[in-house]
Amino acid sequence: MSDESDYYMDDSASDNYYDDDDDEMVDGTQDSDRESSPASEGEASDDDAFGVELSAAALGKVKRKSYEVNFETLSDAAVDRLMNKEAEHVAGIFGLEPSTALLLLRHMAWNKERLIEKYMDNPEAVRKDAGILAAPPLAPTSSSSSAGVRRSARRANSVQPSAPPSTPFMCPVCCDDEPPNTYALACGHAFCSTCWETYLHTKVREEGEFTVRCMDSDCKLLADDAFIARVCSKEDSKRHHELVSRNFVGNSSQYKFCPLPGCSYTISCPSAASKSSLMTIVPTVKCPENHVFCFGCSLDQDHRPLICHVSKLWLKKCQDDSETANWIKSNTKECTKCQSTIEKNGGCNHMTCKKCKNEFCWVCMGPWAEHGNAWYTCNRYEEREGVEARDAQSKSRASLERYLQYYNRWANHEQSARLSLDLYSKTEKKMEEMQTTSNLTWIEVQFARKAVDEVFKCRMTLKWTYAMAFYLAKGNEKELFEDNQRDLEKAVEDLSELLESPIDPDNIPVLRQKMTDKTVYVLKRNEILLDDTAQGYLDGRWKWNADAAILNEAE
Amino acid sequence: MSAISTKRLQKELAEIRKGCPAGITLLEADDLAVWFLSIEVLGESVYKGEVFSLRFKFGPRYPIESPEVVFVVDNTHQAPIHPHVYSNGHICASILGSEWSPVLSTSAVCITLQSMLASCPKKERPTDNDRYVRTAPLSPKDARFQYHDDTV
Ligand SMILES: [Zn+2]
Ligand SMILES: [Zn+2]
Ligand SMILES: [Zn+2]
Ligand SMILES: [Zn+2]
Ligand SMILES: [Zn+2]
Ligand SMILES: [Zn+2]
Repeated sequence: MSDESDYYMDDSASDNYYDDDDDEMVDGTQDSDRESSPASEGEASDDDAFGVELSAAALGKVKRKSYEVNFETLSDAAVDRLMNKEAEHVAGIFGLEPSTALLLLRHMAWNKERLIEKYMDNPEAVRKDAGILAAPPLAPTSSSSSAGVRRSARRANSVQPSAPPSTPFMCPVCCDDEPPNTYALACGHAFCSTCWETYLHTKVREEGEFTVRCMDSDCKLLADDAFIARVCSKEDSKRHHELVSRNFVGNSSQYKFCPLPGCSYTISCPSAASKSSLMTIVPTVKCPENHVFCFGCSLDQDHRPLICHVSKLWLKKCQDDSETANWIKSNTKECTKCQSTIEKNGGCNHMTCKKCKNEFCWVCMGPWAEHGNAWYTCNRYEEREGVEARDAQSKSRASLERYLQYYNRWANHEQSARLSLDLYSKTEKKMEEMQTTSNLTWIEVQFARKAVDEVFKCRMTLKWTYAMAFYLAKGNEKELFEDNQRDLEKAVEDLSELLESPIDPDNIPVLRQKMTDKTVYVLKRNEILLDDTAQGYLDGRWKWNADAAILNEAE
Repeated sequence: MSAISTKRLQKELAEIRKGCPAGITLLEADDLAVWFLSIEVLGESVYKGEVFSLRFKFGPRYPIESPEVVFVVDNTHQAPIHPHVYSNGHICASILGSEWSPVLSTSAVCITLQSMLASCPKKERPTDNDRYVRTAPLSPKDARFQYHDDTV
């Protein structure tokens, strides 16, 4: 059941210098000193220092990273066992049938502690509320089977098929006066088997309801699982069971369903089960279908490094301000020099106008030449307070502008990440070309795929770093955060650009080396950023600004 | 019509023809799946002298599923002015939705609605009447009612 392979490097990872599983990379252990000085000067210029291909021998078992969580996938059977364990626990304490305990737990939204407390206090009231037969002297049920008698001694709701209580019997629902078979719950309200079947089928299949009352109008007794299993068809009974286990998982903080439509895997992530844990970790998990989602908020993507609460704030803000921000998302812009329309068709921000050869940056529209040595003008928005914050109007304009600066970069990484997937198909073609035009093996051309994967993943990280930067309070810590962000961004843009460079067959070994080096460097930068933010949460280093002030108080 | 609903409706119809509860009259049941009944509140009430008409539509899953019940609104009929009755004739009563039980019958529904009217102290439309009527589905069974306090 354990999903260890998701967090730990496989010892046997051989010909690749990193894990085939694409998201857990080997950490260049020789360079551990660099991790502690993430923002050291000059690092960005000599990225080749990382371009050492790691040998298999260098791959030890790497321990779980600070920004990762342990989780495991639960099979349906495992979920059942957990559910039944809860029921048996309650049944054991109070001497109940497990199926009665299940009804009680469902009634209390699976809050076992509360149920035990309330039941100790006033069992009759709880039973009544939960639609379970009162404990005192057993109403004579018409049951003819000995099993029914034995069970009813423990006062379960389910009673067996019974001979009609008295002859002549007419089913009060369908008015059939000689039904071949009747059933009644412990209340004794008997109905023909066809009516029960139709009724349960309608509830379970049509209404998706698993809490099913006796058909009598004044009776609040619930059909328990044993009764449903006995009366329903196999399919209906199975569906009922599914509804119950979904309810169980949905009500627990320990387990979560994969949020992808149609996927029913359950994940358990104990370290992220408490609300408070979500203030310091971003529990990104992955179901066996490779659906990545957040265990904390069920967002269907990895929103590291930003914690759930702030991610939600940001997504809500984006939704609220989407009208205003829409123009930003546009796929086309005008060349800053000749005004001809330029379409962005790759993930790289380095734009070259086809017409006038003007080179500029897609994000800030500034000349690309300035980006070589002053990249930061693009990743950081200079907050121009003082000058503009004179009156309320310019203040709100300044705040919208500030938002748009971050949103622009957020949306750009989102878009570029998607474009880099398009690029993947191009890359595939290149790979094929490379295989035919050179003597390289399939494994040897994997570096291009790895590069694309890494670019995609890092753009996702970058995307969320802009949401995070939007909410971080100004100061030293934020500056260090933005240094890491800038280093990663620069590395990613370089790699993106390299991916778009033309392939010259003679050049393949050089390109391969270059791309491999840059890929290793990019993953290293991503790791540094994620590790530093994760550590920062644990150290309480991140302070939020007025837009997320609630969170400072919550700490 | 399924076997269950046919047999059941025939039985109900036979009983209603034998004798309706006071204040309730069968108007028409030519189609076994659509019945019309008139309903009035006997004795003192804010609806003294008013007679309303109810339309019952029975689906193939009746009585497992509740019937569709509305007050008739046309040239000659109006829906009662009541906090649980919309001006288009739709009724917000839990007995027709979540509290429905397959042992309930047409007369049981009529009696419940009759007492709902009888206990009304003041003629008033539901507060959300205009909004509801503007967007209401054709059948009230497709509406997601938040049941008003049934004790009113
Ligand atoms: Zn029946
Ligand atoms: Zn009953
Ligand atoms: Zn999944
Ligand atoms: Zn989350
Ligand atoms: Zn141009
Ligand atoms: Zn720029």
